[in-house]
Amino acid sequence: MGNLDLTFLNWDLISKFVIKGFWFSVELTIIATIGGVLFGTVLALMRLSGKKFLVIPATIYVNGLRSVPLVMVILWFFLLVPLLIGRPVGAELSAIITFIVFEAAYFSEIMRAGIQSIPRGQVYAGQAMGMTYGQNMRLVVLPQAFRNMLPVLLTQTIILFQDTSLVYAIGAYDLLKGFVTAGKIYGRPEEAYLLAAVVYFIVCFGLSYLVKKLQAKIAIIR
Amino acid sequence: MAWDNWQVFLKDDGGGRTYLQWMMDAWGWTLSVAGCAWVIAVIVGALVGTLRTLPNSPWLVRLANVWVEVFRNVPILVQLFIWYFVLPKAFPPMQQIPGFLLVVFALGFFTSARIAEQVRAGIQALPRGQRYAGMAVGFTTAQTYRYVILPMAFRIILPPLTSESMNLLKNSSVAFAVSIAELTMFAMQAQEETSRGIEIYLAVTALYAASAFAVNRIFAFIEKKVQIPGFIVAGGTGGH
Repeated sequence: MGNLDLTFLNWDLISKFVIKGFWFSVELTIIATIGGVLFGTVLALMRLSGKKFLVIPATIYVNGLRSVPLVMVILWFFLLVPLLIGRPVGAELSAIITFIVFEAAYFSEIMRAGIQSIPRGQVYAGQAMGMTYGQNMRLVVLPQAFRNMLPVLLTQTIILFQDTSLVYAIGAYDLLKGFVTAGKIYGRPEEAYLLAAVVYFIVCFGLSYLVKKLQAKIAIIR
Repeated sequence: MAWDNWQVFLKDDGGGRTYLQWMMDAWGWTLSVAGCAWVIAVIVGALVGTLRTLPNSPWLVRLANVWVEVFRNVPILVQLFIWYFVLPKAFPPMQQIPGFLLVVFALGFFTSARIAEQVRAGIQALPRGQRYAGMAVGFTTAQTYRYVILPMAFRIILPPLTSESMNLLKNSSVAFAVSIAELTMFAMQAQEETSRGIEIYLAVTALYAASAFAVNRIFAFIEKKVQIPGFIVAGGTGGH
Protein backbone atom coordinates (compact mmCIF):
# COMPACT_ATOMS: atom_id res chain seq x y z
CA MET A 1 0.00 0.00 0.00
CA GLY A 2 3.11 2.18 -0.29
CA ASN A 3 1.61 4.38 -3.00
CA LEU A 4 -1.27 5.67 -0.93
CA ASP A 5 -0.76 8.70 1.24
CA LEU A 6 -3.45 9.64 3.71
CA THR A 7 -1.58 12.54 5.32
CA PHE A 8 -3.61 15.10 3.33
CA LEU A 9 -6.61 14.36 5.52
CA ASN A 10 -7.40 17.24 7.84
CA TRP A 11 -10.35 19.02 9.39
CA ASP A 12 -10.30 21.70 6.73
CA LEU A 13 -11.01 19.14 4.02
CA ILE A 14 -13.79 17.55 6.01
CA SER A 15 -15.54 20.78 6.94
CA LYS A 16 -15.19 22.31 3.46
CA PHE A 17 -16.19 19.39 1.26
CA VAL A 18 -17.42 16.33 3.12
CA ILE A 19 -19.93 17.65 5.67
CA LYS A 20 -22.07 19.35 3.05
CA GLY A 21 -22.31 16.12 1.06
CA PHE A 22 -22.92 14.04 4.16
CA TRP A 23 -25.89 16.19 5.14
CA PHE A 24 -27.37 15.95 1.69
CA SER A 25 -27.09 12.14 1.78
CA VAL A 26 -28.75 12.07 5.20
CA GLU A 27 -31.45 14.52 4.11
CA LEU A 28 -32.14 12.50 0.96
CA THR A 29 -32.33 9.29 3.00
CA ILE A 30 -34.75 10.76 5.54
CA ILE A 31 -37.04 12.48 3.02
CA ALA A 32 -37.10 9.44 0.73
CA THR A 33 -37.83 7.13 3.67
CA ILE A 34 -40.74 9.20 4.95
CA GLY A 35 -42.13 9.90 1.49
CA GLY A 36 -41.51 6.34 0.34
CA VAL A 37 -43.18 4.79 3.38
CA LEU A 38 -46.27 7.01 3.05
CA PHE A 39 -46.63 6.52 -0.69
CA GLY A 40 -45.62 2.86 -0.32
CA THR A 41 -48.36 2.25 2.25
CA VAL A 42 -50.93 3.66 -0.16
CA LEU A 43 -49.60 1.38 -2.92
CA ALA A 44 -49.67 -1.63 -0.59
CA LEU A 45 -53.26 -0.91 0.46
CA MET A 46 -54.21 -0.55 -3.21
CA ARG A 47 -52.67 -3.93 -4.02
CA LEU A 48 -54.45 -5.57 -1.09
CA SER A 49 -57.80 -3.90 -1.74
CA GLY A 50 -59.01 -6.62 -4.13
CA LYS A 51 -60.48 -3.98 -6.47
CA LYS A 52 -59.13 -4.40 -9.98
CA PHE A 53 -58.93 -0.70 -10.85
CA LEU A 54 -56.67 -0.21 -7.79
CA VAL A 55 -54.72 -3.46 -7.90
CA ILE A 56 -53.62 -3.26 -11.53
CA PRO A 57 -52.08 0.24 -11.59
CA ALA A 58 -50.34 -0.33 -8.25
CA THR A 59 -48.93 -3.68 -9.42
CA ILE A 60 -47.66 -2.20 -12.68
CA TYR A 61 -46.07 0.68 -10.79
CA VAL A 62 -44.30 -1.52 -8.24
CA ASN A 63 -43.15 -4.26 -10.62
CA GLY A 64 -42.19 -1.75 -13.29
CA LEU A 65 -39.91 0.26 -11.03
CA ARG A 66 -38.46 -2.86 -9.44
CA SER A 67 -37.30 -4.19 -12.81
CA VAL A 68 -35.31 -1.08 -13.76
CA PRO A 69 -31.91 -0.02 -12.36
CA LEU A 70 -32.04 2.94 -9.97
CA VAL A 71 -29.40 4.72 -12.07
CA MET A 72 -31.75 4.66 -15.05
CA VAL A 73 -34.62 6.01 -12.94
CA ILE A 74 -32.36 8.82 -11.70
CA LEU A 75 -31.44 9.67 -15.31
CA TRP A 76 -35.10 9.52 -16.38
CA PHE A 77 -36.23 12.01 -13.80
CA PHE A 78 -33.31 14.31 -14.45
CA LEU A 79 -34.47 14.36 -18.08
CA LEU A 80 -38.24 14.43 -17.52
CA VAL A 81 -38.83 16.69 -14.51
CA PRO A 82 -37.65 19.84 -16.29
CA LEU A 83 -39.82 18.94 -19.32
CA LEU A 84 -42.86 18.41 -17.10
CA ILE A 85 -42.64 21.53 -14.99
CA GLY A 86 -41.19 23.68 -17.72
CA ARG A 87 -38.05 24.92 -16.02
CA PRO A 88 -34.70 23.35 -15.18
CA VAL A 89 -34.37 21.86 -11.70
CA GLY A 90 -31.22 21.23 -9.72
CA ALA A 91 -29.75 17.75 -9.51
CA GLU A 92 -30.50 17.69 -5.76
CA LEU A 93 -34.24 18.36 -6.10
CA SER A 94 -34.47 15.91 -8.98
CA ALA A 95 -32.72 13.29 -6.81
CA ILE A 96 -35.19 13.80 -3.95
CA ILE A 97 -38.22 13.34 -6.22
CA THR A 98 -36.65 10.28 -7.86
CA PHE A 99 -35.87 8.58 -4.57
CA ILE A 100 -39.39 9.06 -3.16
CA VAL A 101 -40.95 7.64 -6.32
CA PHE A 102 -38.45 4.76 -6.61
CA GLU A 103 -38.25 3.73 -2.97
CA ALA A 104 -42.05 3.75 -2.63
CA ALA A 105 -42.06 0.63 -4.82
CA TYR A 106 -39.70 -1.18 -2.45
CA PHE A 107 -41.33 0.10 0.73
CA SER A 108 -44.75 -0.95 -0.56
CA GLU A 109 -43.51 -4.55 -0.87
CA ILE A 110 -42.32 -4.41 2.75
CA MET A 111 -45.64 -2.93 3.89
CA ARG A 112 -47.59 -5.54 1.94
CA ALA A 113 -45.64 -8.38 3.54
CA GLY A 114 -46.10 -6.73 6.96
CA ILE A 115 -49.84 -6.33 6.52
CA GLN A 116 -50.17 -9.91 5.28
CA SER A 117 -48.28 -11.12 8.35
CA ILE A 118 -51.25 -10.08 10.52
CA PRO A 119 -53.57 -13.05 11.12
CA ARG A 120 -56.97 -12.73 9.42
CA GLY A 121 -58.60 -13.16 12.81
CA GLN A 122 -57.39 -9.70 13.80
CA VAL A 123 -59.23 -8.15 10.86
CA TYR A 124 -62.36 -10.17 11.64
CA ALA A 125 -62.17 -9.12 15.29
CA GLY A 126 -62.07 -5.49 14.21
CA GLN A 127 -65.01 -6.01 11.88
CA ALA A 128 -66.94 -7.83 14.62
CA MET A 129 -66.55 -4.73 16.79
CA GLY A 130 -68.15 -2.69 14.04
CA MET A 131 -65.03 -0.87 12.87
CA THR A 132 -64.94 0.66 9.40
CA TYR A 133 -62.14 -0.30 6.98
CA GLY A 134 -60.23 2.86 7.90
CA GLN A 135 -60.57 2.30 11.64
CA ASN A 136 -59.61 -1.34 11.30
CA MET A 137 -56.46 -0.45 9.34
CA ARG A 138 -55.48 2.47 11.57
CA LEU A 139 -56.21 0.92 14.97
CA VAL A 140 -55.71 -2.82 14.48
CA VAL A 141 -53.74 -3.87 11.41
CA LEU A 142 -51.18 -1.13 10.67
CA PRO A 143 -49.82 -0.73 14.24
CA GLN A 144 -49.08 -4.46 14.46
CA ALA A 145 -47.85 -4.67 10.87
CA PHE A 146 -45.52 -1.74 11.48
CA ARG A 147 -44.03 -3.42 14.51
CA ASN A 148 -43.44 -6.64 12.60
CA MET A 149 -41.75 -4.94 9.70
CA LEU A 150 -39.75 -2.26 11.51
CA PRO A 151 -36.43 -4.17 11.26
CA VAL A 152 -36.86 -4.78 7.51
CA LEU A 153 -37.94 -1.18 7.07
CA LEU A 154 -34.82 0.10 8.80
CA THR A 155 -32.60 -2.29 6.83
CA GLN A 156 -34.13 -0.89 3.64
CA THR A 157 -33.30 2.59 4.91
CA ILE A 158 -29.65 1.57 5.28
CA ILE A 159 -29.68 0.25 1.71
CA LEU A 160 -31.30 3.52 0.70
CA PHE A 161 -28.46 5.46 2.34
CA GLN A 162 -25.97 3.43 0.29
CA ASP A 163 -28.03 3.98 -2.85
CA THR A 164 -27.87 7.75 -2.45
CA SER A 165 -24.31 7.49 -3.78
CA LEU A 166 -25.83 6.77 -7.21
CA VAL A 167 -26.82 10.43 -7.61
CA TYR A 168 -23.23 10.58 -8.85
CA ALA A 169 -24.83 9.92 -12.25
CA ILE A 170 -26.39 13.39 -12.35
CA GLY A 171 -23.70 15.16 -10.37
CA ALA A 172 -25.71 15.94 -7.24
CA TYR A 173 -23.50 16.85 -4.28
CA ASP A 174 -23.76 13.93 -1.86
CA LEU A 175 -21.29 12.28 0.51
CA LEU A 176 -19.43 10.48 -2.29
CA LYS A 177 -19.28 13.63 -4.41
CA GLY A 178 -17.87 15.49 -1.40
CA PHE A 179 -14.97 13.06 -1.20
CA VAL A 180 -14.48 13.01 -4.97
CA THR A 181 -14.33 16.82 -5.06
CA ALA A 182 -11.91 16.96 -2.16
CA GLY A 183 -9.78 14.27 -3.78
CA LYS A 184 -9.57 16.25 -7.00
CA ILE A 185 -8.66 19.50 -5.30
CA TYR A 186 -5.99 17.92 -3.10
CA GLY A 187 -4.73 15.77 -5.99
CA ARG A 188 -5.40 12.56 -4.06
CA PRO A 189 -8.47 10.97 -5.73
CA GLU A 190 -7.63 7.36 -4.80
CA GLU A 191 -7.21 8.12 -1.12
CA ALA A 192 -10.47 10.05 -1.17
CA TYR A 193 -12.34 6.99 -2.50
CA LEU A 194 -10.83 4.91 0.27
CA LEU A 195 -11.94 7.41 2.92
CA ALA A 196 -15.43 7.49 1.41
CA ALA A 197 -15.58 3.70 1.73
CA VAL A 198 -14.52 3.92 5.39
CA VAL A 199 -17.18 6.53 6.20
CA TYR A 200 -19.96 4.60 4.44
CA PHE A 201 -18.85 1.44 6.21
CA ILE A 202 -18.87 3.02 9.66
CA VAL A 203 -22.31 4.56 9.16
CA CYS A 204 -23.94 1.47 7.62
CA PHE A 205 -22.29 -1.06 9.90
CA GLY A 206 -23.20 1.00 12.96
CA LEU A 207 -26.79 1.37 11.86
CA SER A 208 -27.24 -2.31 11.04
CA TYR A 209 -25.80 -3.19 14.45
CA LEU A 210 -28.46 -0.97 16.05
CA VAL A 211 -31.18 -2.57 13.93
CA LYS A 212 -30.07 -6.02 15.13
CA LYS A 213 -30.31 -4.84 18.75
CA LEU A 214 -33.74 -3.36 18.13
CA GLN A 215 -34.92 -6.50 16.38
CA ALA A 216 -34.11 -8.61 19.42
CA LYS A 217 -35.90 -6.12 21.64
CA ILE A 218 -39.19 -5.64 19.83
CA ALA A 219 -39.74 -9.14 18.46
CA ILE A 220 -43.28 -10.23 19.39
CA ILE A 221 -43.14 -13.42 21.39
CA ARG A 222 -45.69 -15.91 20.14
CA MET B 1 -43.68 10.65 -29.82
CA ALA B 2 -43.59 10.79 -33.56
CA TRP B 3 -42.22 8.00 -35.67
CA ASP B 4 -39.46 10.34 -36.92
CA ASN B 5 -38.02 10.61 -33.46
CA TRP B 6 -37.37 6.87 -33.36
CA GLN B 7 -35.27 7.06 -36.51
CA VAL B 8 -32.47 8.27 -34.28
CA PHE B 9 -31.58 4.59 -33.91
CA LEU B 10 -30.83 4.34 -37.64
CA LYS B 11 -28.48 7.33 -37.58
CA ASP B 12 -24.74 6.87 -37.74
CA ASP B 13 -22.99 7.47 -34.42
CA GLY B 14 -19.96 8.93 -36.17
CA GLY B 15 -18.00 5.71 -35.86
CA GLY B 16 -19.48 3.71 -38.72
CA ARG B 17 -22.29 2.00 -36.81
CA THR B 18 -25.86 2.99 -36.13
CA TYR B 19 -27.12 3.87 -32.67
CA LEU B 20 -29.12 0.65 -32.77
CA GLN B 21 -25.95 -1.39 -33.29
CA TRP B 22 -24.22 0.56 -30.56
CA MET B 23 -27.10 -0.17 -28.20
CA MET B 24 -26.98 -3.88 -29.00
CA ASP B 25 -23.23 -3.92 -28.33
CA ALA B 26 -23.91 -2.12 -25.06
CA TRP B 27 -26.55 -4.70 -24.15
CA GLY B 28 -23.94 -7.38 -24.79
CA TRP B 29 -21.55 -5.65 -22.39
CA THR B 30 -24.25 -5.38 -19.74
CA LEU B 31 -25.05 -9.07 -20.06
CA SER B 32 -21.41 -10.17 -20.02
CA VAL B 33 -20.50 -7.98 -17.03
CA ALA B 34 -23.53 -9.28 -15.12
CA GLY B 35 -23.03 -12.87 -16.24
CA CYS B 36 -19.33 -13.07 -15.29
CA ALA B 37 -20.00 -11.29 -11.99
CA TRP B 38 -22.84 -13.73 -11.29
CA VAL B 39 -20.49 -16.72 -11.59
CA ILE B 40 -18.07 -15.16 -9.07
CA ALA B 41 -20.92 -14.09 -6.78
CA VAL B 42 -22.49 -17.54 -6.64
CA ILE B 43 -19.22 -19.43 -6.12
CA VAL B 44 -17.84 -17.06 -3.47
CA GLY B 45 -21.27 -16.50 -1.90
CA ALA B 46 -21.95 -20.22 -1.55
CA LEU B 47 -18.51 -20.79 -0.05
CA VAL B 48 -18.63 -17.88 2.41
CA GLY B 49 -22.24 -18.60 3.35
CA THR B 50 -21.42 -22.25 4.07
CA LEU B 51 -18.38 -21.31 6.14
CA ARG B 52 -20.60 -19.17 8.35
CA THR B 53 -22.58 -22.22 9.44
CA LEU B 54 -19.68 -24.60 10.20
CA PRO B 55 -20.19 -26.14 13.65
CA ASN B 56 -16.62 -26.33 15.00
CA SER B 57 -14.58 -23.61 13.28
CA PRO B 58 -15.15 -20.31 15.09
CA TRP B 59 -12.34 -18.52 13.23
CA LEU B 60 -13.60 -19.47 9.80
CA VAL B 61 -17.06 -18.32 10.86
CA ARG B 62 -15.68 -14.98 12.06
CA LEU B 63 -13.64 -14.49 8.90
CA ALA B 64 -16.68 -15.20 6.73
CA ASN B 65 -18.78 -12.80 8.83
CA VAL B 66 -16.20 -10.05 8.32
CA TRP B 67 -16.31 -10.72 4.57
CA VAL B 68 -20.06 -10.25 4.51
CA GLU B 69 -20.05 -7.09 6.65
CA VAL B 70 -17.30 -5.42 4.62
CA PHE B 71 -18.86 -6.06 1.22
CA ARG B 72 -22.40 -5.34 2.37
CA ASN B 73 -21.84 -2.03 4.11
CA VAL B 74 -20.08 -0.07 1.38
CA PRO B 75 -22.10 1.20 -1.62
CA ILE B 76 -21.43 -0.67 -4.87
CA LEU B 77 -20.33 2.51 -6.62
CA VAL B 78 -17.67 3.16 -3.97
CA GLN B 79 -16.53 -0.47 -4.13
CA LEU B 80 -16.26 -0.12 -7.90
CA PHE B 81 -14.01 2.93 -7.52
CA ILE B 82 -11.84 1.03 -5.04
CA TRP B 83 -11.35 -1.86 -7.49
CA TYR B 84 -10.87 0.40 -10.46
CA PHE B 85 -8.74 3.22 -9.06
CA VAL B 86 -7.45 2.49 -5.56
CA LEU B 87 -6.24 -1.12 -5.80
CA PRO B 88 -4.26 -0.64 -9.04
CA LYS B 89 -2.54 2.35 -7.44
CA ALA B 90 -1.79 0.51 -4.20
CA PHE B 91 -0.64 -2.65 -5.98
CA PRO B 92 0.93 -1.63 -9.32
CA PRO B 93 0.88 -5.17 -10.83
CA MET B 94 -2.92 -4.84 -10.83
CA GLN B 95 -2.62 -2.16 -13.50
CA GLN B 96 -2.22 -4.99 -16.03
CA ILE B 97 -5.75 -6.27 -15.30
CA PRO B 98 -8.32 -5.05 -17.86
CA GLY B 99 -11.01 -2.69 -16.59
CA PHE B 100 -13.76 -5.10 -17.55
CA LEU B 101 -12.41 -7.70 -15.11
CA LEU B 102 -12.11 -5.17 -12.29
CA VAL B 103 -15.77 -4.27 -12.72
CA VAL B 104 -16.66 -7.97 -12.75
CA PHE B 105 -14.75 -8.47 -9.48
CA ALA B 106 -16.38 -5.44 -7.87
CA LEU B 107 -19.91 -6.56 -8.76
CA GLY B 108 -19.17 -10.22 -8.06
CA PHE B 109 -17.76 -9.69 -4.57
CA PHE B 110 -20.43 -7.12 -3.67
CA THR B 111 -23.15 -9.60 -4.62
CA SER B 112 -21.31 -12.53 -3.01
CA ALA B 113 -21.86 -10.97 0.42
CA ARG B 114 -25.60 -10.82 -0.18
CA ILE B 115 -25.72 -14.38 -1.52
CA ALA B 116 -23.62 -15.58 1.43
CA GLU B 117 -26.25 -14.11 3.75
CA GLN B 118 -29.00 -15.98 1.89
CA VAL B 119 -27.01 -19.23 1.89
CA ARG B 120 -26.46 -18.95 5.64
CA ALA B 121 -30.14 -18.25 6.24
CA GLY B 122 -31.07 -21.16 3.96
CA ILE B 123 -28.82 -23.59 5.79
CA GLN B 124 -30.03 -22.42 9.18
CA ALA B 125 -33.65 -22.75 8.06
CA LEU B 126 -33.17 -26.51 7.78
CA PRO B 127 -34.33 -28.54 10.77
CA ARG B 128 -31.39 -29.48 13.01
CA GLY B 129 -32.38 -33.12 12.56
CA GLN B 130 -31.00 -33.02 9.01
CA ARG B 131 -27.49 -32.41 10.30
CA TYR B 132 -27.88 -35.04 13.02
CA ALA B 133 -29.18 -37.50 10.44
CA GLY B 134 -25.98 -36.96 8.46
CA MET B 135 -23.88 -37.55 11.57
CA ALA B 136 -25.92 -40.62 12.49
CA VAL B 137 -25.15 -42.36 9.21
CA GLY B 138 -21.45 -41.69 9.80
CA PHE B 139 -20.90 -38.79 7.35
CA THR B 140 -17.99 -36.42 7.89
CA THR B 141 -18.88 -32.71 8.11
CA ALA B 142 -17.96 -32.28 4.45
CA GLN B 143 -20.13 -35.23 3.43
CA THR B 144 -23.04 -33.97 5.53
CA TYR B 145 -22.89 -30.66 3.69
CA ARG B 146 -22.40 -32.23 0.28
CA TYR B 147 -25.14 -34.86 0.47
CA VAL B 148 -27.64 -33.58 3.05
CA ILE B 149 -27.53 -29.86 3.85
CA LEU B 150 -26.47 -28.06 0.68
CA PRO B 151 -28.88 -29.80 -1.74
CA MET B 152 -31.80 -28.76 0.49
CA ALA B 153 -30.46 -25.28 1.26
CA PHE B 154 -29.90 -24.63 -2.45
CA ARG B 155 -33.58 -25.23 -3.12
CA ILE B 156 -34.67 -23.07 -0.21
CA ILE B 157 -32.64 -20.09 -1.39
CA LEU B 158 -33.73 -20.20 -5.04
CA PRO B 159 -36.42 -17.48 -4.67
CA PRO B 160 -34.15 -14.92 -2.93
CA LEU B 161 -31.31 -15.93 -5.27
CA THR B 162 -33.62 -15.05 -8.16
CA SER B 163 -34.18 -11.52 -6.94
CA GLU B 164 -30.49 -11.13 -6.07
CA SER B 165 -29.53 -12.19 -9.61
CA MET B 166 -31.95 -9.62 -10.99
CA ASN B 167 -30.40 -7.07 -8.62
CA LEU B 168 -26.95 -7.96 -9.97
CA LEU B 169 -28.15 -7.32 -13.50
CA LYS B 170 -29.56 -3.94 -12.48
CA ASN B 171 -26.49 -3.07 -10.39
CA SER B 172 -24.27 -3.65 -13.42
CA SER B 173 -25.50 -0.21 -14.51
CA VAL B 174 -22.98 1.40 -12.14
CA ALA B 175 -20.25 0.36 -14.59
CA PHE B 176 -21.02 3.60 -16.45
CA ALA B 177 -18.99 5.38 -13.78
CA VAL B 178 -15.77 3.75 -15.01
CA SER B 179 -16.66 4.09 -18.69
CA ILE B 180 -17.53 0.48 -19.50
CA ALA B 181 -19.54 0.69 -22.74
CA GLU B 182 -22.67 -0.88 -21.24
CA LEU B 183 -26.31 0.15 -21.52
CA THR B 184 -26.37 3.01 -19.02
CA MET B 185 -23.18 4.45 -20.49
CA PHE B 186 -24.77 4.20 -23.94
CA ALA B 187 -27.94 5.91 -22.67
CA MET B 188 -26.00 8.83 -21.21
CA GLN B 189 -23.76 9.34 -24.23
CA ALA B 190 -26.40 8.82 -26.92
CA GLN B 191 -28.78 11.13 -25.06
CA GLU B 192 -26.17 13.84 -25.11
CA GLU B 193 -25.18 13.35 -28.75
CA THR B 194 -28.68 13.09 -30.23
CA SER B 195 -30.90 15.01 -27.77
CA ARG B 196 -33.42 12.20 -28.26
CA GLY B 197 -33.32 11.29 -24.60
CA ILE B 198 -36.83 9.92 -24.22
CA GLU B 199 -36.58 7.44 -27.11
CA ILE B 200 -33.11 6.29 -26.07
CA TYR B 201 -34.01 5.94 -22.38
CA LEU B 202 -37.21 4.08 -23.27
CA ALA B 203 -35.31 1.57 -25.39
CA VAL B 204 -32.60 1.07 -22.75
CA THR B 205 -35.16 0.74 -19.95
CA ALA B 206 -37.06 -1.84 -21.99
CA LEU B 207 -33.86 -3.85 -22.51
CA TYR B 208 -33.12 -3.82 -18.77
CA ALA B 209 -36.67 -4.86 -17.92
CA ALA B 210 -36.63 -7.61 -20.56
CA SER B 211 -33.29 -8.93 -19.28
CA ALA B 212 -34.48 -8.90 -15.68
CA PHE B 213 -37.66 -10.70 -16.73
CA ALA B 214 -35.63 -13.31 -18.62
CA VAL B 215 -33.51 -13.94 -15.50
CA ASN B 216 -36.71 -14.33 -13.52
CA ARG B 217 -38.12 -16.90 -15.99
CA ILE B 218 -34.87 -18.90 -16.11
CA PHE B 219 -34.91 -19.21 -12.33
CA ALA B 220 -38.60 -20.12 -12.28
CA PHE B 221 -37.76 -22.90 -14.75
CA ILE B 222 -34.85 -24.15 -12.61
CA GLU B 223 -37.02 -24.00 -9.51
CA LYS B 224 -39.64 -26.16 -11.18
CA LYS B 225 -37.06 -28.66 -12.43
CA VAL B 226 -35.31 -29.22 -9.11
CA GLN B 227 -38.28 -29.07 -6.77
CA ILE B 228 -38.79 -32.02 -4.46
CA PRO B 229 -42.44 -32.88 -3.92
CA GLY B 230 -43.52 -32.38 -0.33
CA PHE B 231 -41.05 -29.61 0.51
CA ILE B 232 -42.49 -26.12 0.49
CA VAL B 233 -40.00 -23.40 -0.25
CA ALA B 234 -40.14 -20.06 1.53
CA GLY B 235 -40.37 -16.86 -0.50
CA GLY B 236 -38.11 -13.88 0.02
CA THR B 237 -37.76 -10.22 -0.74
CA GLY B 238 -34.53 -8.55 -1.70
CA GLY B 239 -32.88 -5.15 -1.69
CA HIS B 240 -31.45 -3.57 -4.79
